[in-house]
Parts: sequence; structure tokens; C-alpha cells
Amino acid sequence: MTHSDLTILVIDENAIRASIIEEGLREAGHLHVTIINEVHGIARSIETLAPDVIIIDLESPNRDMLEHLFQLSRSVSRPIAMFVDRADTESIAAAVDAGVSAYIVDGLRKERVKPILDMAVIRFRAFDRLQRELTEARTALEERKVIERAKGILMKLRGLSEEEAFALLRQSAMNEKKKMAEIAQSVVTAASLLM
Amino acid sequence: MTEAATQKTSQTVPLSAPQTTRMEAKHLRAGFIPLVDASVLIAAVEFGFAARQGLAIDLVKDVSWANVRDRLAFQQFDIAHMLSPMPVASMLGLGSNPSPTITPFSLGQGGNAITLSVRLFQRMEDTGLITAGSDALANVKALASTLATMRAAGEPMPTFGMTYPFSSHNYEFRYWLAAGGIDPDRDVRLVVVPPPLTSDALAAGAIDGFCVGAPWNMVASERGVGRIVAAKQDIWPSAPEKVLGMRPDWAESNQDTVARLITALDEAARWCDQPGNRDALTEALSSARYIGAPGDIIRHVLDGVFHLDAKGNQRVVDHYFRFHTDQANYPRPSQALWIYSQMIRWGQTRFDADVVAKASSAFRPDIYRAALGLPDTLAANDLRVEGAMERDRFIDGMIFDPADISTYVAGFPVRAEPEVPAGSDDI
Repeated sequence: MTHSDLTILVIDENAIRASIIEEGLREAGHLHVTIINEVHGIARSIETLAPDVIIIDLESPNRDMLEHLFQLSRSVSRPIAMFVDRADTESIAAAVDAGVSAYIVDGLRKERVKPILDMAVIRFRAFDRLQRELTEARTALEERKVIERAKGILMKLRGLSEEEAFALLRQSAMNEKKKMAEIAQSVVTAASLLM
Repeated sequence: MTEAATQKTSQTVPLSAPQTTRMEAKHLRAGFIPLVDASVLIAAVEFGFAARQGLAIDLVKDVSWANVRDRLAFQQFDIAHMLSPMPVASMLGLGSNPSPTITPFSLGQGGNAITLSVRLFQRMEDTGLITAGSDALANVKALASTLATMRAAGEPMPTFGMTYPFSSHNYEFRYWLAAGGIDPDRDVRLVVVPPPLTSDALAAGAIDGFCVGAPWNMVASERGVGRIVAAKQDIWPSAPEKVLGMRPDWAESNQDTVARLITALDEAARWCDQPGNRDALTEALSSARYIGAPGDIIRHVLDGVFHLDAKGNQRVVDHYFRFHTDQANYPRPSQALWIYSQMIRWGQTRFDADVVAKASSAFRPDIYRAALGLPDTLAANDLRVEGAMERDRFIDGMIFDPADISTYVAGFPVRAEPEVPAGSDDI
């Protein structure tokens, strides 16, 4: 009986990130994990669940609402303190950087809670990376599309072959010290103005 | 006790000559929440007052007061736009993550208001107790009568929004309700709603009213979903609002920077008070980097022109914002103690003669005076009796003597049961 008896609540309006965290917690042996994506009715959920640990996204404006709940002793049965160990500035900085904040029932041994917070930090970072990669992939796709269009315009207007059109774009990019996608975008914009 | 508190305050930081200024931070990170009462801080950066003092300030917009508090505590921010009760709560160890915080500079007075849903206000008008031009006290009495009718009919109690448990909004909303005989813990439900969401929450019927800072009351009234029923000035004209918060150890090791900062903010505050600068200020504030609300609404707010509702009822509030005049920047310890009195009144803490000095030490006029070269004789007023002057009257006519907090709190007919303060019913 190491982890399974702790009740953990994850509040995150980002459903994908929440499920990434949930998965991590379950893999670590936590059985009582609840995810809330919808802020409405949080007070009631907290009352019924009486969670030992609450993990919430730092970018959520609803943190102030939680602070209020914790002030009302009648709705939350036990006082809750933030972060595991105030003296552990390194892990606090890591959590804040990753955008994780946590509320922990006072009196809970920190050895029991620290792995949970560490895991949340790792998963938040992983989600960030995932999102960055997705954005990069999307940008790459957009860039490829605009280069294709510019190539088509050059081929049609200047009677170039595909290779020649590509070489012209690349050469112009090098001469102007710009990205090929930027040059391609100017070609597309110019063409839309002229035609 | 009064004397002890004064002594304690002036002893906390001996203002020795600034050490080597090269070691001090000249590049500061400042947290703020998008509200018009962050104007002085924003103007100090936007209009060159900070640069003139050799300071580069990065303004970082944040989404919650809890974040602002934590980022200041964990040194991600050097200074922050804060609710005036936050440093007091921190010094008293209240809240989720209390870490010592002081303020040597108030960012001004005013800016808050209470708005109720148009539907609820209609029912108040139906009581025949008020008309469109009624004052804040008449309005709350009409609300009390409406609530009694609702209770008798078995209707659910209304839900009202405010911003944070340790906020001027919480205490002002409660003060106003209680002045009308309404118990804010029994007769209504108080919840926290992030300010930018208040007018949507009101429109959706999730809340029936709220108390927040500008421009959000005006946003709701101009959208036609809310009716403004009280301004901060109606409740207590010289109530403190936002302050500039910092860690006491940081203030201690950056004395020269703090002095420059206060000089820059003092100049920015004078500038903000000039009606001729409102166009420029409006333009800066309405940008998405800061508040991101319509410029015309922000301009109305700065002018104190209240569109009470969407029907064209107007009210002009003189000095709705007071950025500098009338000692608006002086962090008077009696204000910190008034905040403490309201924390006791509503069961957030108990009265303890031993912590009075701790509560008042959150406000540091000694640093303010030293930075601006003001005489220490001003300290004679640091623990002044509040609400005694006619132009500084509390809505219920009570007078706050910081030397006798417990008698003051006991004198309120509506207050939390002293037997069950928050946090005492542990299981």
C-alpha cells in the first residue's frame, strides 16, 4: 500500500494534458485519480472527493477560486498548503517553470507527495514539447504548401521547369538572407495583387 | 499598543546609507493583473519615468492573484501589483502560501464598484424603496428587502462574485451587504470569479452580482447585463486599493533601487492624475499588452463617468480613481490595521494583541518617506483614526480607531460568529 490510498484531483481545462497526467499517475500506481476539465461545480467536486493532492495549471485563472474555497473551512474539511516543501526551492522553481501548481493537505508526509509533483512537472513539460512539435510540424506543412504555390506561379508566368523554379526561389532566399518560405510568400502575395 | 506598533514599524529596516549601487538590481520583473488600477506601474514604464531613474522594468501580465503571490515569493518577480490585503495576509501567515511581503507604495485609491444583474435590480426597484438615482445605502436596503421576499418564497439565495479571499473587493462587498443588514455568509453565497469573466458570468446567470475593479463593472453595464449599485467611494472613500508588493529581504538589499522605484512611481502617479494625460494613458492601457479592453470604456472609467446601466442613467464620481493626490500613495499603517479588522470580522483570523504590529508592518511608510525625502513628522498620522472626517465617512458611519480593534469589530451588528473562526472546525 504505497500510493493507491491517496486521492488526487487534477484540474485542467486542457483535456489532452489532463489525460497525459492521469496516465502517468495511474502508471505510478495511483488508483484514486479524478480529472476535472470543467471549472463549473468544482466546489462540490472538492467537497465530495476531499482530495489529498490537487494539481492545477498555473495559467488557470481559477486558482483564485481555489484559494477562496480553502479559506472556507465549511466547504473543505482540512487546511491545504501549497507545494510540498517550501525549503526545496529547486523543485518549486521547476514546478513554476513548467506551469504546475499543487495544493496538498497539511500534514501529509512530503516523501509521499513529492513523486506526484515531480511526475506532474515531467508530464507538463512533455506536453509542452508535444505541443511545440505539433506547431513546428504545422508550420513546416504550411511552408511547404506556400513554396509549392510559388513554384507553380513561377513555372506558369516565366515558363520555368519545376527544378528551375525551385532553384530561383532558393537563390533569391540566399541573396536576400531570408527563409525560402518568406520569399515564396512574397511571390504568392505579389501574384495575387497582379493577377 | 499604538506606540508599540509605530516603533516596530520604524525599526524594522534601518535605512542606512545605500551600499554599492552596482550590486543592486536595475532590471526588474514586475507582475501585474490587467486592471486600470495598475496604471501607475504601467505609466512608469510606458512614459519613461522608470527609465529616467535608470530602471528597466519588465511588466509581466498574470492571470491570478495566487500566481502573483507565488511568483513574488519564489523570486520570479521582484515587485508586483497586489491587492492591499495581500501583504497583510502574508505577514499574518494567512492563505495558502504566505511569504513575507511588504508595501512601501500604494498604487492609488478607488476603482471598484458593485454591480448587480439587471434582473435582480429590477426586483429591487419593484420594492418601491429605490429609484434610479438612489444611493448605495438605499440600494443595499432594497436588496435586503428583496432577499427577504425571495427567502419567504423559497427561492435560492443569490450568488455574488468577488476576486480573492484577501481582497478589497471581498471586504467592500461584505461591508456594503452588512451595512444593509445582510449577512454575507448566510444570506447570500460569495464565490470567486476572475475579473475578465465577470460580465459573461452575469450574462449567463451564473452569478447575480459582483464587486471588481475597473473596467469590468462598466463593461457589464454598457453591455446591458448589469446595474452598478455602489462605488468604492460610497463604502469608504479613502480605502486602500492596489499596492506595490515586494519581499522585505529584497527591499533591504536593494535600498537604492527601491528609492529610485518609488521616485519613478511618484512621478508616474502625479502624471496619471492629470486629466490632460488621460488620452495617452487610455491608449496605453487599452492595448492588448496591458488591459485589452475598449478604449472608450477605459476613458469613461478614468473620467469617473459611470454608465450605471444601458438605459442611459449616468453618475459622475469625482476622483473615481485617485492616483496621487490626498496622500493616495502613502501606505498608512492604519489602513493595514483596518484590513486586519475586517479579516477578524469575517472569521479569517482572530484578534491577537501580539500580532497587531505584524499586521501593520506590511505597510511601510518609512521607506516611502525616505525615498521621497519627506519628513518623519508625517509618521504622527500613521495610525490615525479612520472615517472620522465627513468626507471620509464609512457607509455605516462607524469610526475605526486602530488602537482598539477588538471593540471596533465587536461593534458591528453583522459579523461572523466569533466562536467559529475559519479553520477551527478541523476533522
